[in-house]
Amino acid sequence: MPDPTSSALAPASAPRRAYAALQARGLIGVGVLALLILVALPLALDPFRLNLVGKYMTYGFVAIGLVVLWGWGGVLSLGQGVFFGLGGYAMAMFLKLEASDVASTRIQSTPGIPDFMDWNQLTGLPLWWKPFAHLPFALAAVVALPMLLAFVVSYAMFKRRVGGVYFAIITQAIALIVTVLIIGQQGYTGGVNGITDLKTMMGWDIRGNDARLVLYYVTAVLLLASILLCLWIQRSKLGTLLLAMRDKEDRVRFSGYDVSMFKVFAFCLAAGLAGIGGAMFTLQVGFMSPSFVGIVPSIEMVIFAAVGGRMSLVGAVYGALLVNAGKTYFSETFPELWLFLMAALFIGVTMAFPNGLAGLHASHVQPWLARRGRRASSAEVVAPAPIAAPAEVRSAAEPSAAKPVPAPLGAPLPPEASA
Amino acid sequence: MSNTDFVLAVEDLTVSFDGFKAIDGVNLYIDRDELRVIIGPNGAGKTTLLDLICGKTRASGGSIKFRNEEIRALPEHARVRCGIGRKFQTPSIYENLTVFKNLEVSYPSGRSVLGALAFRCTEAVRTRVQAVADDIGLGDQLDTEAGLLSHGQKQWLEIGMLLMQEPELLLLDEPIAGMSVRERELTADLLQRICRQRAVIVIEHDMDFVKRIAHKVTVMHQGKILAEGPMERVQADPRVIDVYLGH
Repeated sequence: MPDPTSSALAPASAPRRAYAALQARGLIGVGVLALLILVALPLALDPFRLNLVGKYMTYGFVAIGLVVLWGWGGVLSLGQGVFFGLGGYAMAMFLKLEASDVASTRIQSTPGIPDFMDWNQLTGLPLWWKPFAHLPFALAAVVALPMLLAFVVSYAMFKRRVGGVYFAIITQAIALIVTVLIIGQQGYTGGVNGITDLKTMMGWDIRGNDARLVLYYVTAVLLLASILLCLWIQRSKLGTLLLAMRDKEDRVRFSGYDVSMFKVFAFCLAAGLAGIGGAMFTLQVGFMSPSFVGIVPSIEMVIFAAVGGRMSLVGAVYGALLVNAGKTYFSETFPELWLFLMAALFIGVTMAFPNGLAGLHASHVQPWLARRGRRASSAEVVAPAPIAAPAEVRSAAEPSAAKPVPAPLGAPLPPEASA
Repeated sequence: MSNTDFVLAVEDLTVSFDGFKAIDGVNLYIDRDELRVIIGPNGAGKTTLLDLICGKTRASGGSIKFRNEEIRALPEHARVRCGIGRKFQTPSIYENLTVFKNLEVSYPSGRSVLGALAFRCTEAVRTRVQAVADDIGLGDQLDTEAGLLSHGQKQWLEIGMLLMQEPELLLLDEPIAGMSVRERELTADLLQRICRQRAVIVIEHDMDFVKRIAHKVTVMHQGKILAEGPMERVQADPRVIDVYLGH
């Protein structure tokens, strides 16, 4: 937000101009979020609650993907749970294989394969499970599998100009299909229970408090890096084109752009981010199951982005954190009411604040901050003139008398003295 | 049957919507440096013809050759990259971007996904934006949000966005609709300036404006070409007077 007073105060306002420049790049919000999740929350919360926040943050990956895809690109996906799940399952398959070594599965009729396979009368590891025994492959698959599926689906749809509500319905159908597939193929996927009893990653126990703290920080840093990546995309021509496509698709097409490929890109990016979120979820929670894949979780993910603000990356992360915190609190207190509350929240937010919390911030908090800033800066301009001269005289005489002068000008923005 | 000298050669072009032939066996040849105006009553198929040339609508039969190459099978964006620019009837601009951004987005580089990510607004881009903005009379409004422009200025901005692409063929659908008298004059000058290096097809209803700008006029009626030639000859044609100019 350009500050109108900054030009009038040119020499004194270098810090403020730096602030405005950062603000224009959206970095102030990222900085505040970084302080919150890297410093404030770890100091304030006990390990159990912090682990919960780490879990909520994994939904932040999905939410920022939805900002790019839905907020900027205008493509609503009701199937992000699929990509979250694919990333989560890829990670879980690696961890499960590590937990299923011959020594610890001695009692099974076929030792050395995951327990649920043994229960389903499988006598050997399926071929497509084998590569997941290697960590580099599993890590690559966390991002690549969701993106690959996203590419196939979105290429087929967008090249045929399927869009809007039809695309949303198809993504929802995919969420349902994948859930049914996972539950039905119990011997290969663990069925409705999912993949459980995950213990170590390359010998490192992921269940202890120390490990969870490390995983929390890994998640936080990855999330911040993802936000910066999306901010960079927003500032590139691609970001402009996404917004342009949303409003005037034909004009973009007749400016020589292959609109479908830009939508495919946004969809694949959102899928890849969701995959990272899913993998970090598996690591922190210790299991993965179809209940994070289907229609309901997919719609919840859209609600995170809507509540936080679908145009704002940072807002969407707050949305994911707050809605999940609310979900934990309310489902502990009034379990039957939670779904209704969630629906009311979604309807209320979309009707009253279509741009979510971030929209509220932009329309109410920022103007208020700007007003305060202006008041402070006008004090800065007007007040020193009559006071400065006597202050100099006085300070020459008795240094302590100079102190009251900067004090009322005060804290909010650095006054001339600091420049 | 094709002549390499034409920028655009449309032959035997047909499109039918559920059996209704909106365009029925149309032949149209446009020269380099030509400004052709298409006139005709409502529903004659004028806009549909432009849609077929730029790819918005798919033809059912016939051929569209641009610089002697068949383009009927190409998707829209590929036709744009060949050098065909299309302006829509209602101004189609990005209302919440500045004039500068509107023109910058239309600059013909970085059109792929990765290209758009790597695109930088270089000095060359800035110079070109300024030149085009001066051409369309918006040189001092680069920082204005496009939605705040007057209706006429929006029309010019869209023409400017096409000029950014340096097309060889410009398709303009009613460029002066809703303009004031003064704006019409300026637009006529603009069109005469820009058709010097390229071919331009304009759909227009205002006969005074047509007289002022047209090199040749094509009259369409019920999906077919009724008459073609210089304005005076077309105006004197009894069939044209009967279906269009008479009332």
